[in-house]
Parts: sequence; structure tokens; C-alpha cells
Amino acid sequence: MTTLLTLGPLLYHWPAEAWRDFYFRIADEAPVTSVCLGEVVCPKRAPFTFPHYEDVIQRLETAGKEVVLSTPALITDQRDLALVKDAVELGAGLVEANDVAALPLLAGRPHVIGPYVNVYNESTLARLSADGAVRVTLPVELPAASIGKLAGQDAPETGMPEIGMPGIGMPETGMPEIEIQVFGRWPLAISARCYHARAYGRSKDGCLYACGEDPDGLPVETLDDEPFLVVNGVQTQSASYGCLLNELDLLKACGVSRFRLSPQKIGMIEVARLFQDRLDGRIGREEASVALRQLAGHTALSNGFFHGREGAQFV
Amino acid sequence: MNLPGLELVCPAGTPAALEAAVDAGADTVYLGFRDCTNARNFPGLNFSRKELEAAVAYAHPRGSKVYLAINSFPQAGNEGPWRQAVDDAAGLGVDAIIVSDIGVLDYAAQSHPDLRRHLSVQASAAHPLALAYYHRNFGITRAVLPRVLTVPQIKEIAAEAPVETEVFVYGGMCPMAEGRCALSSYATGRSPNTAGVCSPASHVRYVPEGGRVQVRLGDFTINRFESGEPSGYPTLCKGRFKARGHASYLFEDPVSLDARPLIPELAAAGVKALKIEGRQRGRAYIAQVVSALREAVEEAAAGRAPEPTSLAALSEGGRSTGGAYRKDWR
Repeated sequence: MTTLLTLGPLLYHWPAEAWRDFYFRIADEAPVTSVCLGEVVCPKRAPFTFPHYEDVIQRLETAGKEVVLSTPALITDQRDLALVKDAVELGAGLVEANDVAALPLLAGRPHVIGPYVNVYNESTLARLSADGAVRVTLPVELPAASIGKLAGQDAPETGMPEIGMPGIGMPETGMPEIEIQVFGRWPLAISARCYHARAYGRSKDGCLYACGEDPDGLPVETLDDEPFLVVNGVQTQSASYGCLLNELDLLKACGVSRFRLSPQKIGMIEVARLFQDRLDGRIGREEASVALRQLAGHTALSNGFFHGREGAQFV
Repeated sequence: MNLPGLELVCPAGTPAALEAAVDAGADTVYLGFRDCTNARNFPGLNFSRKELEAAVAYAHPRGSKVYLAINSFPQAGNEGPWRQAVDDAAGLGVDAIIVSDIGVLDYAAQSHPDLRRHLSVQASAAHPLALAYYHRNFGITRAVLPRVLTVPQIKEIAAEAPVETEVFVYGGMCPMAEGRCALSSYATGRSPNTAGVCSPASHVRYVPEGGRVQVRLGDFTINRFESGEPSGYPTLCKGRFKARGHASYLFEDPVSLDARPLIPELAAAGVKALKIEGRQRGRAYIAQVVSALREAVEEAAAGRAPEPTSLAALSEGGRSTGGAYRKDWR
């Protein structure tokens, strides 16, 4: 089975030029097959990067990358929905739905399901597949046992009648590809409330883009000064970088074919190379672990979700 | 102005609470089976099949309806209990099931098309298009809206959505999009979606420190109190944390929702039903809260602004709020 790396959408609010240059470098240097673009967290940020989309998409496609257009994780109003419509109209590649509200716009055409849509079991996966989902990134809290069931070659549980409307379902090519986030802070929660603005003493409407001050998220510590979470606008993430570097072989054995790296403000080209080298067996487990720890700096790593433990644990 | 009748949907975690809710004027009581199929899977709580049968037999002759929450997400490879719950709901004559998972909805729509299906708040459907998706594909007739919407947004959804809307008016606040939150799972390994619990009591520890109490959830300190300072249940998102050097209730204050003053506005927005949170609460609490909400609904129906009688002693941390319905919450 071919295993492929995906670069997930950049979730933070970086200056537009830094955003563009980041993707240019990814296009030129990172051994990733797919690259997700698009504002997932806050529609107010989107206008800044729009002017660079054409250049970035062209650069990525010229480099042979597949472009995936990611859409908002929480759709509550027309501004959120407009980003889905823009992605559909851009027609540059597969669109990734991160909220069920995006699905009616994508039904009947191939699309991707992102990690913010609840896909916990075979029936849900089968239903989404029937409506055109060709690839699904599973929610971050799923343990190995669930990932195996969903990524395996097994058909969904018996007893389900044939579903999907005739004529617009996917061709019988089997179930969607399963993608798992293997690096980057875990997205833990999404709200309509902007905690970033709140932490800066501002309202959401008058936020002055507080989130732009923290390009790797705003650290949230416990009262005992332990790193715990980070805030990224309306999103709450883990303080630790999720890391399933040591679990890649297990994931492959589960039937997982795609591995997602979620961008952080560290050397993501190096992170991508490290994961690709590990997937290809060019580098040993120990050596890879040491290298990743160096890249992560002072940030802790975690893999507890995969092992059915507290997500913050590193087993 | 005479407002259309609003359905008051009340929680019950035990048969005694159900009877209390019906007697106090609940139009509908919602409850769950005593297993992993619902999002309040707490020890000693919820209903057996036999108890549900008795609940329906108590409620129906008194003019109250019974909804069954089957609103957690089945684990891969173990969808059986959820399907069984749907089958039993149909067999035992509940008036509707409250579901969040696409797979469970699909099963219910195919297997029991005549059983009313409501979309749980755990599905976090916050836009008319999301409701349209669930309506078109699974024939839902009502959706419980997330607690992160403002009244104008609720109005827009109620106007555009092809289904009835139900909103929370009293009880616990959830500042995150429900059903899409893994905070508890990150700290304890157990979340509403995976285990039907949030910040489970089994993982909470109160550590005395001189005159103060440290509150731990799993390996993390989520608050610290002076002894005697009022405190609610230590839910992770209502903990005190440090950001930019300041300790604060960054995500949500330890308050609970009391939207009684907003009932006329919600009715005018086209909302069909009002929901009270709290299946984990005891009979006395249910009786008192349901009576107070019944009174508020009647006041609103008669065109008078509800005058909230004091329920402060019952609310989280002794304080209540209009929550996300106020725009400045965001």
C-alpha cells in the first residue's frame, strides 16, 4: 500500500506574506503529496490570504502537489458558509468539509471529510462515502482500535441497506481513504466565542486580530504554570504537539494510507522529511524520535489518544 | 401579544425525577437508557427498559411526552447497543428519539421511519444548511440548537430551517460546540463522545492546601479555591487558567444558564421548544426548576415578561447568565 503525507491547513493567523512564503517553500521542498489550504478557524482572517491563492496553488500544482481546499470547522453564519462556496467555485481541487453544513454543497461530487466532522463508526463512514467522500481524516480522539475498524478492508457491519441516491453515489471503488493526523497540536474544541480576543481583553468584533500575535497559538497554563492548552482564535488546541512517529507502522498495519502533518511554527520541511524517511524505512525509530524532539524544541509531545489513554500522555 | 405555545422539555435521570417533572408541568420529559448510548452515562443514573416502559405509562395519560436521548457516538465495531436502543425506543412507544450520530440516524430512518427523529445538540448543527442536510437525508423533524448561538442567529435558523428548533433555557452551559470537544478526553481519556461523560468525577481530586483547595482533573490543576468560596462542579472549560500571565476563567465562568427573561424573544424568533439541562439532577431540583420554568412559559404566553423567581441557590456557583444568547458573550 502506498503511504502518503498530507500537510494539513495552516490553522494560525500568519501575516499574508509569511503564509504565502510558507506554502512556496512547502511546494519547493517538502516531500508531501497533498497540501490543504484554507481558513478553518475564523472567516475574518480569510481576506488577507485571498490575494495569494492563485500564486500558491499554481506553485503547489507545478511542484506536483495535490491541492485540497479546507473549509471552516464551525459554520454558524453566511461568512463561514461563503468560504465553502468560494472553495467550491475555485474549482482547484478537492474540497474538505469540516462542518456538516458544508455537505449539501458537496454531495454527489468527490470531496474530503476533515477531522472536525464526527466519524466514529462504520455506518457514518459508509453514509459519507455514499454521498461522495473519497477521503476522511478521523477525529483526533479515536483510539487505535477504532482507527483499525474504520481503515480496515472490512465491509461495514451487516444489516445496513444500500444507501445513497442512485446515480450520484461514488463508483464502487470501496471505502474512503483514511487519513490520520500524526503531527501537530491536537485540535480539541471549537467555539463561537473567541478566547484569543478574550485573553487580550477585547471583544470578538473588536478583536484587532489578537490571534496574529501568537503564530503558534497562545499558551494556556495551569495555575501551577504547567503548559496545558493553546488558544487559537475560537479554537482550543493541545499545548503538546501530537506525534505518532512511533506509531506509523501500526497505523499502516491498520490500513491507514494517509498521514497528516498539522503546521506549527517550527521547521515543517524538516518534519515532513523526517516522517517520509521514517515511512520509507530510511531512518530508524530511535534516530527519528531524537530528531523530532530537537525540532519540537521545548514543546512536549503526546500520543495518548491513539493508545486509548489521556490525550496528553506520551507513551 | 399572545405567543404560540412553547413546549417545555425537561430532564429526568431517574423514575422519581420523571414523575416530579410530569407533576410540575413538563410537556415532555427526556431521558436515556442506562448504558453508553447517551451523553449522560453517569453511575446510578438513567433508565432500564422496564423503567422506560413505566415512564411512558406514567407520562402519556397525564398528557406528557417522552423523548429518548440516544445521543452519544457509537464506537467502530460496536454499533449494536445504539441500534438496539433505537429498536427498543420504537417498541416501547417513546414519542421521539434524540440522536447525534449520522450512522444511528441512518439506521433509525431506514428501520423505523415512523419514529420521530430529533437532532441532538451533540451534533452541533449551527446553520440552516446543516439542519437541511439532516432533514433531507434522515428526515429529522426537530433540532436542538447549540448553546453558542445568539438570538438573532436562532431567529435566522428558525426561519430558514425545514425543521422545528429547540433551545436550552436553563442549566449547564457549554461554551464549546457540543459533540466536538475533546478537552475532557485530553485530560482524562474520557469524553462525552467516547464515554458519555465530561470531566468525570472519577478523575476529579480536591487537594487541601492550607486554607485553600486545589482542584485536579487527571494530571492537571484546573482551579484553586479559598476554603468556603462557592464553587460548582469542576468541568474543565469552567476552570481557572493562566494566559498572558493572568489567571482567569478563560473559557467560561462557573455560571449556569438562565434564559427565562429571553423566553418572549425566543418565542418570537420562532423557537418551538425550550429545554432544561440536567439529567444528572435529583428529584427536588427537577420539581423546583420545572415549576419555575412552567411559570415563566405561562407568563410569556400571556404576554407578560417572565419575572424570574430566585433559582440562584440551584445554579452553578450560585450565579446565572443569559449565556451566548447575549452577543457580548462572544
